[in-house]
Amino acid sequence: MSRIFLTTETVPDCCRAGRISSLFPLSVFVLLCFAWPGIVNGHVYQAQSAWIPSLGLNLGFRLDGLSFLFCLIITLAGFFVTLFSASYMAGKPNLFSYFFYLHAFMVAMLGIVTADHLLLLFVFWEATTVLSYLLIGFDHENTTARENARQAILVTGAGGLFLLFGILLLKTMGAPMALSQWTQMGMDIREHFLYPFIFLCILVGAMTKSAQVPFHFWLPNAMSAPTPISAFLHAATMVKAGIYLLMRFHPLLGGTSLWMGTLVVVGGITALWGAIQALAPCDLKRVLAYTTLMALGILTLFLGGQTVASLTAAATFLLVHALYKAALFLATGSIDHQCRTRDLRNLGGLFSAMPLTMLAVAAATLSMAGFPLFFGFIGKEIMYEGALSEEMFPGFATLATLFANSLMTAVAGIILLTPFFGTRPPSLGQVHEVPWTMRLGPAVMGGIGVVFGLFPEWVSANLIQPAVFAFHPSREEIRLVFFHGFNLPLLLSMITLTLGSVIYIFRISLRHRIQDVIDRLWITTPRIYQKSLDAFVAGGTWFVRRTQTGMLHTYFAVIMVTVLLIAGWAWIPHMGAALIVPDMAQISIASGICLFILAATGVVLMAKKRLVAIGGLGAVGAGVALIFLMFGAPDIALTQLLVETLTVIIFSLVLLRLPLLRTVRKRSRSRNLFDAGLSICAGILVTSFLMGLLQVPLDRNLTTFFEHYSYVAAHGRNIVNVILVDFRSLDTLGEISVVVLAAWAGVVLIRRQEKE
Amino acid sequence: MEALLAMLVGLITAAAFYLMLSGMLVRFVFGFTLMGNAVNLLIFTAGRLTHSDPPLIEPGQTGLAGPVANALPQALILTAIVIGFAMVTFLLILLYRTHHQTGTLDADQDAFLTEISLSEKGKVS
Repeated sequence: MSRIFLTTETVPDCCRAGRISSLFPLSVFVLLCFAWPGIVNGHVYQAQSAWIPSLGLNLGFRLDGLSFLFCLIITLAGFFVTLFSASYMAGKPNLFSYFFYLHAFMVAMLGIVTADHLLLLFVFWEATTVLSYLLIGFDHENTTARENARQAILVTGAGGLFLLFGILLLKTMGAPMALSQWTQMGMDIREHFLYPFIFLCILVGAMTKSAQVPFHFWLPNAMSAPTPISAFLHAATMVKAGIYLLMRFHPLLGGTSLWMGTLVVVGGITALWGAIQALAPCDLKRVLAYTTLMALGILTLFLGGQTVASLTAAATFLLVHALYKAALFLATGSIDHQCRTRDLRNLGGLFSAMPLTMLAVAAATLSMAGFPLFFGFIGKEIMYEGALSEEMFPGFATLATLFANSLMTAVAGIILLTPFFGTRPPSLGQVHEVPWTMRLGPAVMGGIGVVFGLFPEWVSANLIQPAVFAFHPSREEIRLVFFHGFNLPLLLSMITLTLGSVIYIFRISLRHRIQDVIDRLWITTPRIYQKSLDAFVAGGTWFVRRTQTGMLHTYFAVIMVTVLLIAGWAWIPHMGAALIVPDMAQISIASGICLFILAATGVVLMAKKRLVAIGGLGAVGAGVALIFLMFGAPDIALTQLLVETLTVIIFSLVLLRLPLLRTVRKRSRSRNLFDAGLSICAGILVTSFLMGLLQVPLDRNLTTFFEHYSYVAAHGRNIVNVILVDFRSLDTLGEISVVVLAAWAGVVLIRRQEKE
Repeated sequence: MEALLAMLVGLITAAAFYLMLSGMLVRFVFGFTLMGNAVNLLIFTAGRLTHSDPPLIEPGQTGLAGPVANALPQALILTAIVIGFAMVTFLLILLYRTHHQTGTLDADQDAFLTEISLSEKGKVS
């Protein structure tokens, strides 16, 4: 034995942060254990605090048997995964983000399984989607990893929208949003005409998250995540969220033939397809990914049932799978880490080099294959019992379970025998055992599988029964026993093992055949996904090309038409009353000035020469100044004149360096007419607005205030000036800032041009 | 009188919009300047033109003796004129730069469009 420990790698020093942060999931796990006795007695722990009371949203959490089972699995797997990562990821970049995402993901997952309010559950649901994206794409410099992460977020994100829609439909039906208030609601909802839609929305949400056919393809691709992450995602979190959702909704939506039929068929197909595909790849991690598909399919299949046996099978298999899958993924990580390959063709004979890892893998795979004495065996017995008791398609369910399990047995054989036995390929070279941080997880998870297999009654009383009671009204006692006696499930178990061995013997030829069939499939969901994604991008490009032309005229015209339509819609009915005909009897100097301004505007409009246009502009400005002067505003008249002079000077300075007006191409006649029509409409709108405004009595409150306090409070006799520099001095400061900013930007622009 | 000014404001606005739609950047700035004048006149008219005495308090007195013109819109316009001036100046400099960069001031011309999109792409990469 001493030789073994000598060849063990020491724990690298650089991963202390990872080891310390693993205390977080561990402490949550320990805390949970304090709640254990209460949970077994059927107690439900609740905590509430207000979040958005006006919307009826509370931060409500509750811990019942089902949440508890999930929480235990999540925190235990979280602990071992963190500890494992501490060594596995040592020396990799961005470790801080890695552990941050990992723990955040765990918290989000705990949030899903403990949330009391459906919308809160949805928030955590989306959080796991986003965080899984970050984790799957953690190796973000790798294009494939990025694409796979995007695939995962698109598929699960779309499913999340369905879930939200389903929740909102439930809300419109008046169903309570808090899980704790779901009593006696089920009947009304199942008979409501909206029930199929709600069921569909919730189902699609669960199917995308839990990778059911046809949304399964993202899961094997999510293998581009670092291996510990895959272990966490597959064994305990992410993909189990959909299963949790189905369990939670079971009392509310379950029991109808729609629910039972759909779940059994979808689950059965997923289980079979996943199990068959698990034989095809040579990459150990991909093999495991497909076995996860199989497990998720089986879980869905059993959730389609209504009997205690079927739901017990689901809860038991959930635990069985979490234990062996976490152990196997972590062990695969160990193999990959030490051998720098996880290709089954290049692995073999690791028995002597990694004996401790081998033991853990052996425990896990034997549980997975369902050998007697292991927890998987108990799970398999109850699975057959559950499948036989399904109300819809029991035959199909039993056959699907039988074949999926046989294939699993064969795959378990491949995972255990290929890497560890036989001759070691010379390409592997010297291989060492992994440090204790990486051994502990597989060993404990595999070991629990053995212990649970020996004490099934303890497990059923303390874990499975509280979980099943949380989502099933029946209170008949649930007992998992070591030996059920000679009955049909036992016979099926024996058939499974035999069939599994046969498949194992023909594994190599089967691998090629299955790969062949998959390659020849003329339509596959990944291809549909890729095609629709391409079509979406192409459609977006087409749309942008058509709408975002970059043409000033188009943008401006669109804005104007929109404003005219919106304003005109509301205003046109009142326009007739607003119009006033000017009283021509009062021909005064002012009318003359108006005509002058109009003429000057016409000059600007028609000008073919730059100087003429500038002159016209100056004339308009001067005319406006005269109007100000006539109606008691000498201050602004003065300012206007000053500014107008400056404007004319600057215009001349700039325009004389620019090309002549007539060098521009002529516009088409129809476009000119269109522009003119649009402009005239805008002019009419402005005029009628102003006329309408003039008929409303003027509110002089503010003016009176300023007039009254101008001298009394601010000691100024010029009221306009007092407003500017005293009452509204901050506005004036803003105005000055604009001028400074414009000047500054202008100087920079000109200077840079001179440099070029 | 207000009705007359309202019509004047509408006409200047129409002319300004027409110029801004032309797609010629120089005429766009002309339109912009005209628009500033139109808006100032609009605010002024909306404050009524009933009194022609400027809002000044006679020396030796603490309040107004009789009715005067509305001081509030005048203060607003004063600010608007200055800001409008700063804007027009900045626009003109932009125009100058644009011409230097693209060689044209016709916003509808392909040369203008490609030059703008090219320089945008350059920034991205």
